[in-house]
Amino acid sequence: MYRQLVLIRRFEEHAAEAYAQAKIGGFLHLYIGEEAVAVGAINAVRETDHLLTHYRDHGYALVRGCDPKACMAELFGREDGLCHGRGGSMHLAEAARHFWGGYAIVGSHIPIGAGMAYAMQYQERDEVVLDFFGDGATGNGIFHEGLSMAALWNLPVIFICENNLYGMGATLAEESPVSEMRIKAEGYTMPSIQCDGMDVLSVYEALGKAAEHCRSGKGPYFVEAMTYRFRGHSMADPELYRDKSEVQRWRVRDPIPSFGDWCVEHGVCSSQELAQINEEVEGEMLEAVAFAEQSPWPDPAEVGRWIYAKPIDPESPARSEGAGAAVPLTSDAGV
Amino acid sequence: MSEVTAPQATQELNLVEAVDRALGQILEDDPQALLLGEDIGANGGVFRATAGLEARFGPDRVFDTPLGEAGFVGAALGLCLAGLHPVVEIQFDAFSYPAFEQLVSHVGRFRWRTGGHYGLRLVVRVPYGGGTRAPELHSDSPETLFGHVPGLRVVVPSDPVSAGRLLVSAQGCGDPVVFLEPKRIYRRGRSPVPERFGPTELDRAAVVRDGDDLTLVAYGAMVELALAAATRLEAAGCSARVLDLRSLYPLDRESLLAAAEETGRVLVVHEAPRHCGLGAEVAALLQEEVADRLLAPTLRVTGMNMPFPLFQNEDDALPSVERVLAAAQVMLDY
Ligand SMILES: Cc1ncc(C[n+]2csc(CCOP(=O)(O)OP(=O)(O)O)c2C)c(N)n1
Ligand SMILES: [Mg+2]
Repeated sequence: MYRQLVLIRRFEEHAAEAYAQAKIGGFLHLYIGEEAVAVGAINAVRETDHLLTHYRDHGYALVRGCDPKACMAELFGREDGLCHGRGGSMHLAEAARHFWGGYAIVGSHIPIGAGMAYAMQYQERDEVVLDFFGDGATGNGIFHEGLSMAALWNLPVIFICENNLYGMGATLAEESPVSEMRIKAEGYTMPSIQCDGMDVLSVYEALGKAAEHCRSGKGPYFVEAMTYRFRGHSMADPELYRDKSEVQRWRVRDPIPSFGDWCVEHGVCSSQELAQINEEVEGEMLEAVAFAEQSPWPDPAEVGRWIYAKPIDPESPARSEGAGAAVPLTSDAGV
Repeated sequence: MSEVTAPQATQELNLVEAVDRALGQILEDDPQALLLGEDIGANGGVFRATAGLEARFGPDRVFDTPLGEAGFVGAALGLCLAGLHPVVEIQFDAFSYPAFEQLVSHVGRFRWRTGGHYGLRLVVRVPYGGGTRAPELHSDSPETLFGHVPGLRVVVPSDPVSAGRLLVSAQGCGDPVVFLEPKRIYRRGRSPVPERFGPTELDRAAVVRDGDDLTLVAYGAMVELALAAATRLEAAGCSARVLDLRSLYPLDRESLLAAAEETGRVLVVHEAPRHCGLGAEVAALLQEEVADRLLAPTLRVTGMNMPFPLFQNEDDALPSVERVLAAAQVMLDY
């Protein structure tokens, strides 16, 4: 787990650098500071369990085992990206790993997770669904529709709210009538637990409990992980809504050194071994960036590909698929 | 007369009964298929399009959802991710608006966004359109809202047989489909339907009446109106073709271009408001591709640019045979 924490951190630090150099376009939402949530949660469940997340999604992909090279290339918008450069930073997804993606519309994936959980029950599959979102998402009506269906149908889904105290620049006090989001689950008679999102073991334990509950047929579970993002909401955030000193206070609780210390104290590994992990991960990340940089851009004639099962829109460049004919880009390409 | 009857033409059904039968066929043939929506179980839905299906296939495969279109369309997307093939019912046209976000933001884009890794086999059925004395939000024609979204297909049947065949084909095509059912003609009379609905090409318009002088392009309940207008035109010495679009997105460009080239005049009829309606797309297409072959500008007979009016003004707001004839005359005189 220590390696995964470092992997997310270093991956994102390199991504931030590439973004600053305009090698990554669009938006970039960093998970730095919150890594313990993805690492603790995903390690507490099985590889076959399903993941859906919001747009701050790099961490979940990496912990689930998606190739960091492909993830980085996706951020760079390249053909070798996890989704061939179509999804970008906010929409990493890999069906084979049961990682069903980041979603950029806040809260909108919450009922999708409920639907997947319905399918697990219907198909009698011993798999549970992990549906991650932020505190801000609970203000969207769709959050309530998702929880309502999950409770009504007793579905094996774990809702994990990462309460990082802010939704963009809005503080909890500005965005929610209650500061603890698990209270909102009570109306749906859903059991809940709060855990320390800065402590990977606390998250691990909470998710273990939640997964056991779901797997034994007792219905949905709500986990609230209290956490904090060290960086801005996205790379474009001037952070006028919070004090630097507040960030400093939280940085003291950085999940990576704290877990590192715990590992050494409990004899899990030595500090040399940790240093070596750091070094190895850094090497992998340099490789990932190099890989992304040399990966080709998607062929402009192919940008309309995969819009339909078969290429069917004659005005779309998808027409050229297979035929090899260069059909000029039109507005129908959706670029 | 010989003993040979039309193969398998066993029963006469109206459009909504044909939908019901097609849904039954889908559930029978595809073990991954299931139906969800408000009140579709024991009650069989507000229009009874799912009558008897819960009893036949069980409440696990035909189930009621809570009220919350965004939520249950989202849930249907989740069912797709687990390998199921849901068919969702939305009660009325405008109740699709809460679900708009799921359809536009995720359903239509899923295959593309995942770089081809994952397509959705999802059909969302929506009874739509006016002419039933229902108020606004129960009489809307939202086709261009969905027809503007690459990745979604928009399909509209116009009679019992096309309803059954198109629905079965929509469910099997591998793309998400918004299937708009013209509720005004749900019970318009019965016609013989086959025991089983065979698949049909989903992106093909149908020439439901041939003619040389003018083409009336219509879909849904407007096909019936176009046919009535064509009969009147015939009496006046004008041979009108009626092209039933069936697929609004993608559009059957070939049939449209052929109609323009062969008849020289194309008149589009739809219930939806004129502004940014499908007629505009058809007219633009013809302008771009075959402007020099047209004998008259492409005119549109459409609903009005207003919310659907209350029952007392409904007939004025909808296209009528008279309005179609008047527009046709303008084109013939051009
Ligand atoms: C429906 C919708 N409204 C607004 C936005 C813009 N937006 C993106 S992230 C965000 C804040 C979400 O906060 P939270 O759910 O707490 O997640 P966090 O970013 O803190 O992880 C907002 C308002 C959006 N993406 N989607
Ligand atoms: Mg937040």
